[in-house]
Amino acid sequence: MKSLSEIETTAKRASRAAGYSWGIAEEVGKSIRISELFGFPGIKHLNQYYQNKKKKNFEEIKLINKINKSDGPSFCPIILGVNFIDQVKNVETLTKCSVENLAYPLLLLPFLSRGSEIIGKKLFISFDDCKFLLNFNVSISSNFWNKEIPMLANQIEISFLNNEDNFSDQDWKSLYKLAEDTFVEETDSLKEGAAGAGLTDND
Amino acid sequence: MNVELRDPNIIMKLTRLGSFHQSRLSFLRSFLSEFKDWKYKRDLFDLDQEGYGTAVYSFKKNARVYSLICYANKINDDERSDRVIATKWDAAFTLHDGVPLKDDIERLRNEVPKQEVGRLSYKELTLSRANKSVRVFDHVVESLSNGNQPNLELLEKVGYLYRTTAVYGSGKFGLADRFRIQNREEINGPFRLEMMLVYLVRQFTFDQVNHVAQNRNPKLAVKLDPEICRNLGIGNSTGLGMAPFIVNHPTLLNNWILSREIALKKIREIKIVKTKDKDLFKDCVKNSLKNITSWNTESEYQLKKIKLLLNDIRKFINFLDNEFNFQKDYPFNEIYLWLEKETCEECIEYVVSIMMEPYGDIVRPLIGQMSSEEEKYFNIPTERNVGDLKKILENKYSYILKINFKTKGSNQKFWFISKNKEEPRLANRFEENGADLEQPLAIARDIKKLYERLLPLKDNLKINQFLIENSDLRHVVRRAFIIEKFPYSEIQDNTIGENLVPIDMLRLKLSFFGALKFDPRSDKWLRICMFQGAPLPNELKDYDEQWVYKPSFKL
Repeated sequence: MKSLSEIETTAKRASRAAGYSWGIAEEVGKSIRISELFGFPGIKHLNQYYQNKKKKNFEEIKLINKINKSDGPSFCPIILGVNFIDQVKNVETLTKCSVENLAYPLLLLPFLSRGSEIIGKKLFISFDDCKFLLNFNVSISSNFWNKEIPMLANQIEISFLNNEDNFSDQDWKSLYKLAEDTFVEETDSLKEGAAGAGLTDND
Repeated sequence: MNVELRDPNIIMKLTRLGSFHQSRLSFLRSFLSEFKDWKYKRDLFDLDQEGYGTAVYSFKKNARVYSLICYANKINDDERSDRVIATKWDAAFTLHDGVPLKDDIERLRNEVPKQEVGRLSYKELTLSRANKSVRVFDHVVESLSNGNQPNLELLEKVGYLYRTTAVYGSGKFGLADRFRIQNREEINGPFRLEMMLVYLVRQFTFDQVNHVAQNRNPKLAVKLDPEICRNLGIGNSTGLGMAPFIVNHPTLLNNWILSREIALKKIREIKIVKTKDKDLFKDCVKNSLKNITSWNTESEYQLKKIKLLLNDIRKFINFLDNEFNFQKDYPFNEIYLWLEKETCEECIEYVVSIMMEPYGDIVRPLIGQMSSEEEKYFNIPTERNVGDLKKILENKYSYILKINFKTKGSNQKFWFISKNKEEPRLANRFEENGADLEQPLAIARDIKKLYERLLPLKDNLKINQFLIENSDLRHVVRRAFIIEKFPYSEIQDNTIGENLVPIDMLRLKLSFFGALKFDPRSDKWLRICMFQGAPLPNELKDYDEQWVYKPSFKL
């Protein structure tokens, strides 16, 4: 088994060899490490992308907009990913954005995952039949676990989810009531000795 | 009194960093201190008459066990090389997490001796190999087997029976990644498991030499005197592999240097120094003379430094004995200011290290702060603007911004990774091929380039916009925002200039390891000695913390 340290170093060096700057190569190394840590085939897709990149041109998205379209070659997931991290605080204000014709969409995932951590919001990603929930770069939930992830996404949608509970008020109240059974009723004399007792708070 | 931390523009210069010495903060000393109440055991010692075979040593506390597995193999004299390109060694080692099963020992027997081309698993933590100092090893076997102790003069000259040539950890060749073990309290200090490996290897070398001597002449043989063992360490040959590490781990570098600087600041701020602390300090300074006079090297560069150091230390002892009064307030501050005025960089840093000896209570809490969660500082704060970045560069890289990179001399060298051994190397840009594959270690040059590119831009331009068209400088933009928070994270020198002495970078790291007797063999590699004078494993429960400064062989 390869260690994550080996994965990161090799992905970084390969990215430099594929023509990216050292700074971007560092970002790729970090992202492929995350991808493999979460159980997604980052090394496989990166290798295929770099083999393909020798023969084909890919378009670079520099400034991320609400809708990002390429009429020519498909978009490079690396440059999109790095710019997503850099621009995530601006992109967040769009609530939702889409990218058409994106090559190797799996390679974008770890960048989005890191973006989720930076802004402290969950992200929901969908393309074709694949759906991913990115949880603050702590985990990625997916309906595509262990399935072949496509090498091209015709349209990828990225949604910024508001920080809301996953449960209903009723569920919370019910569970809270149960938790209250660990509390002890306080006597009057104990109340008199509690913090702040006997003082006025407007002193 | 408030003493300021020393200026990074002075301390982070390579000549200063290359003058650092071991101290109480050094990793091998903090390792001994952490593991002193662990149970040491030799679990397996299965060597043939010639000393070839397998041995296992362990440290155990509660449910936690770390085991060193040693494989000693026969090699021909012409196969023995300290170069990193070697493929065979007298012995190879791995530190295993837990108690190794027979299957583990067999699995590793096929992998550990191969080193870089072998595969380890997440159950192994560190990996190393070592060669005998044949001259010393054979002499010791010969002497012991004839019932005599070896010639101390020879032992003192060399200082060890074996030399390691690399110690690997942190995920290399399939070893466990750091994240798997990072929450263990006992290894909350840099390189602790690497130190454990080297320390246990040292014990293996004594056991092996005794075993071979005993088998050669069972009736007459004696064991190597423990006093002599204690005064032998483990040698190490170190090349350029270490140099990029300190550039590639800026927050870690900061935490090492900052701990040293905080310790010095706190010691300088002590108003009244107790008599016992003063006595301990003076004893260590005086006893340390033997570390200088027994420091053997053929390197003219180092000999010159040793000579200067020896002169200055003698001058300092004279000052302490005849001119200085410890009764005055803030005596260590006075001493420090005197050193700055009167002595060389090597001497200043030498005495700074010794100042820590009486102050375990100051040093101990700092040891826990010498690791770093580097991931936390990886993301670039791209919502900041160009004006912020300019200010950081002007404040934190003022010396570097003055370097003229238009001259050939300031661009002369480049760092690359060798294809045959995947190791960092340094070459002349104007004489060798490969500069187009340069590693991102020319930080000073790239910082200057970044500054020049920022100058014409408006201050309110966001970094995320700047990076769109300037991704070639992304690696140094990241570093600049790191140095803003971590003042000692950057070497304040040109690492590609014609005057670069790469061993300064190695010495910095080795001093934090706790190495003694730096012996440069060229400007690109050196030999050192580790654990010389250190307590033996069965003495760890109660040992003298100042063992580094105790007299060695009684000649």
